[in-house]
Amino acid sequence: MAYSEKVIDHYQHPKNVGTLDKSKSSVGTGLVGAPECGDVMRLQIEVDDATGVIKDAKFKTFGCGSAIASSSLATEWLKGKTVDEAVKIDNMTIVEELNLPPVKIHCSVLAEDAVKAAINDYRKKNGLEELQFEEKGVH
Amino acid sequence: MLQFPIYLDHNATTPCDPRVVEAMIPYFTNNFGNAASRNHSFGWQAEEAVDYAREQVAKLIGADPKEIIFTSGATEGDNLGIKGVFEMYASKGNHIITCNIEHKAVLDTCRHLEKEGAEITYLDVKPNGLIDLSELEAAIKPTTILIAIMYANNEIGTVMPMREISAIARKHGVLVFSDGVQAVGKIPVDVNKDGIDLMAFTAHKMYGPKGVGALYVRRKNPRVKVTAQIDGGGHERGMRSGTLNVPGIVGFGKACEICMNEMESDTARIIKLRDKLEQSLLKVEESYLNGDKEHRLPHVSNISFKYVEGEGLMMGFNKNIALSSGSACTSASLEPSYVLKALGLGDDLAHSSLRFGLGRYTTEEQIDYTIEQVTNTVNKLRDMSPLWEMFKEGIDLSTIEWAHH
Repeated sequence: MAYSEKVIDHYQHPKNVGTLDKSKSSVGTGLVGAPECGDVMRLQIEVDDATGVIKDAKFKTFGCGSAIASSSLATEWLKGKTVDEAVKIDNMTIVEELNLPPVKIHCSVLAEDAVKAAINDYRKKNGLEELQFEEKGVH
Repeated sequence: MLQFPIYLDHNATTPCDPRVVEAMIPYFTNNFGNAASRNHSFGWQAEEAVDYAREQVAKLIGADPKEIIFTSGATEGDNLGIKGVFEMYASKGNHIITCNIEHKAVLDTCRHLEKEGAEITYLDVKPNGLIDLSELEAAIKPTTILIAIMYANNEIGTVMPMREISAIARKHGVLVFSDGVQAVGKIPVDVNKDGIDLMAFTAHKMYGPKGVGALYVRRKNPRVKVTAQIDGGGHERGMRSGTLNVPGIVGFGKACEICMNEMESDTARIIKLRDKLEQSLLKVEESYLNGDKEHRLPHVSNISFKYVEGEGLMMGFNKNIALSSGSACTSASLEPSYVLKALGLGDDLAHSSLRFGLGRYTTEEQIDYTIEQVTNTVNKLRDMSPLWEMFKEGIDLSTIEWAHH
């Protein structure tokens, strides 16, 4: 199975690889997946407290090219969005943007889960109620 | 000059040797006869070519030409050997012993026979990929008719102790079947010295064409018979009907002859390259060799690079280097390699494995390039691996509660 050009580009030139200081209250961290499943994503956001805008986003991913590309793309989309807008990132838009084949849809779901987990971590740290999300169940 | 892509997946298949292709060509055009046509020169010519090839094939494994049954490949040979014995020896018993790292062609054949009333014992392998001989002997019962153990494993290249296995089988009057696909043509295989009664193997793993293989069926001490699985004109002594694939068989014969003549020099060269590759890659931090280091085919190396995922790893160089991974992502099932899991490797290490399969045309230049590319990609992916970061921080990954999905 050949990869789409966009997946290859993100794989070769991943955007926003790195680590934010998770001890800061403005940073939310989401760690999803499991080594046994072959995919682990850690996605972090740093939120501007005054405006609620995500001013930085970083990721590290253990997984196949599609998983790396999905998380790289997600961090790009997160930057500049408010937390409320970020919640709406849907895995299917990642699938469309990266042209993922059906067997790789779970990579996009994982990226969406990572975004939501990071947002909830940020909310928890700042005394906000955690959001409830519906299970996508495509893993 | 290094030419791309580099092929390092010789356990999957091999290119045809040009000498093999050359031998085959006349049998597509001028000498197109049916080897079963007894009444004209076209048939005689084809038959003669098949007889000659049968000798070449038999010689490579120390067999008599009459003991070679041509098939479409090793999957058919595995099916015919195992199902054929099960049906032929039904009055003697219904128990077959095999092991859990066999190729699917053996495992699924056994699963099929379970539905037909067979009792199958699937022996576990030790962490080095070899079976435990005392477990094998303990598994034998009065109803045991067959021990089916592969000669060498396709993923990790480990070579089973066939002589010890067959000695145990002999003692208990049980037949030995072996899937010899990966071993024949690569290491010396002798059905008499090794005590093998039936063995499936195929041309395309030894620089011959695809679509042709053989099942060795012993004729003396003991005389073994199998029930045909394909009925028809009674070709191949009634054990495998169907018009013979004459050009394929001619190519198979030539491929066997070349392996016979060049095995020693090929092996000496390949093993040097394999060891160079392996030693260099095992210098990478947290990399592990899978399978027994000693009892192993000369051209295979299976290595896990912890904290990076196999498919992601291959993507770093698969434009230029072709090889395989035990990672789930390369298969439709999303399950990592059952062979690596059977060695006791965690799913994480199984996901992180690469299989290097060297061959007749592999050069040192290709190996040097591969070492460089794999090492660089592992380092690059570890820089973006959260697991590597945790490992470096001293976090024990087994203490983390992962969200399994």
